[in-house]
Amino acid sequence: MDPVEDTLRRLREAFNSGRTRPAEFRAAQLKSLGHFLQDNKQLLQDALAQDGGLRVGEGRWATQLDAAFIRKEPLGLVLIIAPWNYPLNLMLVPLVGALSAGNCVVLKPSEISKSTEKVLAEVLPRYLDPSCFAVVLGGPQETGQLLEHKFDYIFFTGSPRVGKIVMAAAAKHLTPVTLELGGKNPCYVDDDCDPQIVANRVAFFRYFNTGQTCVAPDYVLCSPEMQERLLPALQSAITRFFGDDPQSSPNLGRIISQKQFQRLQGLLGCGRVAVGGQSDESDRYIAPTVLVDVRETEPVMQEEIFGPILPIVNVRGLDEAVDFINRREKPLALYAFSNSNQVVTQVLARTSSGAFCGNDGFMHMTLTSLPFGGVGASGMGRYHGKFSFDTFSHHRACLLRCAGMEKVNDLRYPPYTDMKVQLLSWSLSQSCSLL
Amino acid sequence: MSKISEVVKRARAAFKSGRTRPLQYRLPQLEALRRMIQEREADFVGALAADLHKNEWTAYYEEMVYVLEEIDYMIQKLPEWAADEPVEKTPRTQHDESYIHSEPLGVVLIMGTWNYPFNLTIQPMVGAIAAGNAVVLKPSELSENMASLLATVIPQYMDKDMYPVINGGVPETTELLKERFDHIFYTGSTGVGKIVMTAAAKHLTPVTLELGGKSPCYVDKDCDLDVACRRIAWGKFMNSGQTCVAPDYILCDPSIQNQIVEKLKKSLKEFYGDDAKKSRDYGRIISPRHFQRVMGLIEGQKVVHGGTGDAASRYIAPTILVDVDPQTQVMQEEIFGPVLPIVCVRSLDEAIQFIGQREKPLALYVFSNNDKVIKKMIAETSSGGVTANDVIVHITVHSLPFGGVGHSGMGSYHGKKSFETFSHRRSCLVRSLQNEDLNKARYPPSPAKMTRH
Repeated sequence: MDPVEDTLRRLREAFNSGRTRPAEFRAAQLKSLGHFLQDNKQLLQDALAQDGGLRVGEGRWATQLDAAFIRKEPLGLVLIIAPWNYPLNLMLVPLVGALSAGNCVVLKPSEISKSTEKVLAEVLPRYLDPSCFAVVLGGPQETGQLLEHKFDYIFFTGSPRVGKIVMAAAAKHLTPVTLELGGKNPCYVDDDCDPQIVANRVAFFRYFNTGQTCVAPDYVLCSPEMQERLLPALQSAITRFFGDDPQSSPNLGRIISQKQFQRLQGLLGCGRVAVGGQSDESDRYIAPTVLVDVRETEPVMQEEIFGPILPIVNVRGLDEAVDFINRREKPLALYAFSNSNQVVTQVLARTSSGAFCGNDGFMHMTLTSLPFGGVGASGMGRYHGKFSFDTFSHHRACLLRCAGMEKVNDLRYPPYTDMKVQLLSWSLSQSCSLL
Repeated sequence: MSKISEVVKRARAAFKSGRTRPLQYRLPQLEALRRMIQEREADFVGALAADLHKNEWTAYYEEMVYVLEEIDYMIQKLPEWAADEPVEKTPRTQHDESYIHSEPLGVVLIMGTWNYPFNLTIQPMVGAIAAGNAVVLKPSELSENMASLLATVIPQYMDKDMYPVINGGVPETTELLKERFDHIFYTGSTGVGKIVMTAAAKHLTPVTLELGGKSPCYVDKDCDLDVACRRIAWGKFMNSGQTCVAPDYILCDPSIQNQIVEKLKKSLKEFYGDDAKKSRDYGRIISPRHFQRVMGLIEGQKVVHGGTGDAASRYIAPTILVDVDPQTQVMQEEIFGPVLPIVCVRSLDEAIQFIGQREKPLALYVFSNNDKVIKKMIAETSSGGVTANDVIVHITVHSLPFGGVGHSGMGSYHGKKSFETFSHRRSCLVRSLQNEDLNKARYPPSPAKMTRH
């Protein structure tokens, strides 16, 4: 017997009973979720620390419940699959959207961020209505089995490779999906800018969460001259943030797993190390690193880095940078640094990406008024703020007519005599609607 | 490389040239499309007559006029919709620019269908062009006259490389679906919808699927039955029932079933005369296969009107069935023909339950003078869209999105929704390199004691 089957049936029955419809129910669930976060702050911080060395889980989200002539209705049973890099945020922020839209939700946390998984499985259910909510645990095999079932929406955050698997599984049931994936987020640095300011900003966002952020600047594109100025500035920023011995800094986390560590350690061999380059397997520590002289064909320029390594690729100007970017898959984020607004808007106009930030790293994520999502290989769909609510709702077009005024309809009925055709042409030319 | 691959490759090169980006390119293309429709109207009507026995009226007022309206609306609104949309800023980003920037996706594939072969192929295309994409059109091979006409006429008016038309059957479509697109827009059956989405998943291509289902039509005891039946008959039998949002079946109390039948018959006579086969305004079934399929649904049923057909002309008489058993085939698949089953239910709750046990339909209809009945029906069911006290018309309002939910589809279009469907709405934040000291607080090392904010 499939244990998941029972759980899903229970949730569907609860949904069909109409339990999640009233605004009061949803507001109560959201409030309870808030309490979960407040009551268990220490527990969550410890779990996040154990999983990845993160000190602060920051999240602020807004919800709106709308009523419209386009009726926004819950979809039914929603599956949210979260990754390991921001295991709490990337599970709960979509959850908020799904709950406020009135759905029943199944959560599938990542098995890699084990401590957070444990808290979500054991503590969170105490705060949410058990008839409308469930946590399912497991690895790739269990997730595959889970995906064989029918859901009314699947929200997935993770790699493009697994995104394809999720979408193919969803296709069997015609389940719509939002896929928040990734890519290599380019960071173009123009000659016309202050290298220290750029270095501060790029380094901050690159090494945040030890580089394990889907929207982190993945690589820098700049001229050889700018590179000369940037390297000491990057070293300076890294020292400022993490001290002379980053391994002992409380502000630098660790790599999530042995597997990821080994992958990243391998990337350290690409090009030439200009800053950092140290690693310690016993600690899953990788130093904040800058690589130069990298070739496009090397692994560090072929896969999303997802670690504290920043390669610099040389280009001879804006055109070459734009060509380089456009030869590759559309990234989740794209960054351009320049004192010249024209340069920044040119990069924007001539490329595509999920989102764009001029002269900073992923600050755009802090605006809930901006939708967050990818395009092309970096994903489909979006969320945050009102976009979350809309994502997890069906927008049902409703038209309520009255039984009267049937005379007006007369023109639309057969038989379509010549007289009627003429009358209709006339009425249309008067901008009356036929129907 | 196959011919299909070449065509797609050329479209991609055309898109990459960047010429669709300025509105000064897109607007003239839309105007050319409009001119094409106006100048070649007779050809389009001819194709629709040959494929589906449509006439000037039904061709124009049930298909073409909506496309013209969409083009006009799109041309008028495009400058506004294509502009950057500023968004609300946070305290820390007050001095920055923050907006949503709409961009084309790239190369869009639009797969049309055969029942409104002009409208359902071209109306989505309007949105795709407006959003700045290259568009590969694949008309349905079942409506072969329209498919052939589109392939001839579109290149005469529009940018040939940017908007190619590819024709063919299942093998060509399968090959086409192996190519990589930036969006696939498909109108058709649930079964093929799954195939399209599966193919799209290989390339992580987003899809809009306009599918179908059995759109229920609940007729309350408290309503003007004359008006209700007239409207239902119009929507059901238009295009010989081959409309994705046609009322598929009626749910009503047994006490009004006979009245409904009588009034439907009355309206049918008014619309199509005593013998619909002789009416200029009554359509034909698209193919022998579909003719057989629909005739098969009538077998074994209690026929109170019609029930006959002529294979040679693919004519099926307007048919009404009563006391229909929900287990029978006519209640298992989308009818897509001029056969109207009536299923009896004893209450609104039973009707709601009946609907809830089935896949979510593309449309749902409820006829009642009682607002509470309408509200309850809408609140306790789901469907792509709803019209209360009429049928079909919700899809003609261009400020309402047209699309399904569950098995009836995903995504939507029409009007602004079309523009959004075929665009990437890119979040943008543009800051300056000044005021770096304001950033001090965010950089490590973090203070010994964490301050709340």
